[in-house]
Amino acid sequence: MSASLALTPPLDRPLAERIAARFAADRRWGWGEILFWVAAVGAPLALPRAALLFNEIAILALFALSLDLILGFAGIVSLGHAAFLGVGAYTAGLFALHVWDDPLAGLFAGVVAAGVLGFLASFLILRGTDLTRLMVTLGVAQLLFELANTFSDVTGGADGLQGVAMGPVLGLFRFDIRGHVACGYSLAVLFALFVIARRIAKSPFGLSLRAIRDNRLRASATGVDANRRIVVVYTISAAFAGAAGALMAQTSQFVSLDVLDFHRSADLMLALIVGGPGWLYGGLIGAIVFKLLQEALASVTPQYWQFWIGLLLVLFVLGGRERLDLALKSLRGRFAAPRGRG
Amino acid sequence: MLTILFDGVAYGMLLFVLASGLAVTLGLMNFVNLAHGAFAMAGGYTTVILMQRYGAPFLATLPLAFLVPAALGAVLERVLYRPMYEKSPLDQVLFSIGLVFMSVAGVDYFMGSQQQLVRLPEALQGRFDLAGVGIGKYRAFVIALCGLIALALQATLVGTRFGSRLRAAVDDPRVARGLGVDVGLIFSATFAVGSGLAGLGGALGAEMLGLDPNFPLKFMIYFLIVVTVGGASNIAGPFLAALLIGVVDVAGKYYAPQFGAFIIYGLMIAVLLLRPNGLFARAR
Repeated sequence: MSASLALTPPLDRPLAERIAARFAADRRWGWGEILFWVAAVGAPLALPRAALLFNEIAILALFALSLDLILGFAGIVSLGHAAFLGVGAYTAGLFALHVWDDPLAGLFAGVVAAGVLGFLASFLILRGTDLTRLMVTLGVAQLLFELANTFSDVTGGADGLQGVAMGPVLGLFRFDIRGHVACGYSLAVLFALFVIARRIAKSPFGLSLRAIRDNRLRASATGVDANRRIVVVYTISAAFAGAAGALMAQTSQFVSLDVLDFHRSADLMLALIVGGPGWLYGGLIGAIVFKLLQEALASVTPQYWQFWIGLLLVLFVLGGRERLDLALKSLRGRFAAPRGRG
Repeated sequence: MLTILFDGVAYGMLLFVLASGLAVTLGLMNFVNLAHGAFAMAGGYTTVILMQRYGAPFLATLPLAFLVPAALGAVLERVLYRPMYEKSPLDQVLFSIGLVFMSVAGVDYFMGSQQQLVRLPEALQGRFDLAGVGIGKYRAFVIALCGLIALALQATLVGTRFGSRLRAAVDDPRVARGLGVDVGLIFSATFAVGSGLAGLGGALGAEMLGLDPNFPLKFMIYFLIVVTVGGASNIAGPFLAALLIGVVDVAGKYYAPQFGAFIIYGLMIAVLLLRPNGLFARAR
């Protein structure tokens, strides 16, 4: 990280040190964050019966985290993030079916596949307006949906990819029917990737992404290569989404066309917006709220819960989510404040 | 071969009428309204309800299939859409997705999730031969009606006072307001007519495209493609784009069914990359 700071040679040492110290202080974990993760581990332990639900929440949280990296930090809108979820899921599923049933190897394969696709797709979103980006991302996701539908001899088409059998995690923990291992596995992966995302967000690179989001022209004027950074963060984000997809395929041992469906991208957007984009816990909290809400609504009106989700979206936007965002921001400051300081 | 071309043209014409309202709101006013298909569905279900419950003849329901969504559009524009004009595309997307979800679940609740069948009148069923080409009577009817609508739209936009006011309001709302143009009223009227046309398209298309509660989601991307590929500098762009997509889609499904809608999405991405303002947009 010091390499990028050294880009401006006449920087006097004390200033460079002060900047480095500032970044280091920013990276320290706050009490709120520690509490959050203790609760995240404690909740499934306290309620082992809900392990399957916690597993779904962890996966959606990872997915939302990946969208947050591009939408919240770099300001890139996307209506087709399901593309990377789907690629990760199908890769992990096919990998387990044809190559090796080790979960971590499959996870890695899903991450790489989605990352490669993200790298390629990132060049499509460099130009144009928000509207063009929405359309292109939507188009890419639809394209993949059609592709998966067309090559049904590989993907299983509308019937889904069946017969995915996973080996034990690390050769030790077998997936059980109640989802205990699945939940622990997903949570562990979520935490590991969250630490990486946190490191990225709090690095000079993360800072430059926010500069690009707020004013791309000025960011470029200060020497930030906006296009290159967008390519990088888009690739990382896609890889994260691929990990979420791989987890989904491995823990449910099934992949269907549904992973590429439009409603995945839309639900994801809602989850992230509810939690608030632009801070790392937004996607995580949004995922918790969204899943619990969906669970509650589905138990009341199993068929029509989508109506209430839609109503919520409309009211949310009409009510001015910016105002809610501002109210949350003060809370957020305290939540993620480093220990020892205000 | 020619029959396929003819079917493609009919399909394209229908797409144009369905998407023409969106061409104005998305293309000209830059408002991302993903819920446009919901108005089309409203029109389709208006026809279905009138025919099934009240035994009305198909043709007699068409005016109402226009008026009901138009009224719905006018009300929603006043109440819900107006505050959204100034917001970011992301907000508009979220808002209209919410509307789509509500309409899908709402129609499912009241009408059931099954496909709705529309019985065409005898006179429009069957085919006739024209110079050795088999032509469906209903498709000929659709082409004629949609062609008339397209001409009327073009004439309204270019030739009437309302059209010039609309173009002024879109180009620069502040100056237009300063010149005494009631921008709010113009937008309301435009939105209502666009919704009405979508409804008419939904009613006309119930037989060709199918009609079920998922209609707004299924065809959302097609409408968006028509507008983004066609560009929005005039009505001719979306019209040509709709025809192109109709022909390509029908031909694609006939000659290379394994590719499905693949060709269409690929076409859209390519166009957006090469000509971000649309295939037929003139340089400004």
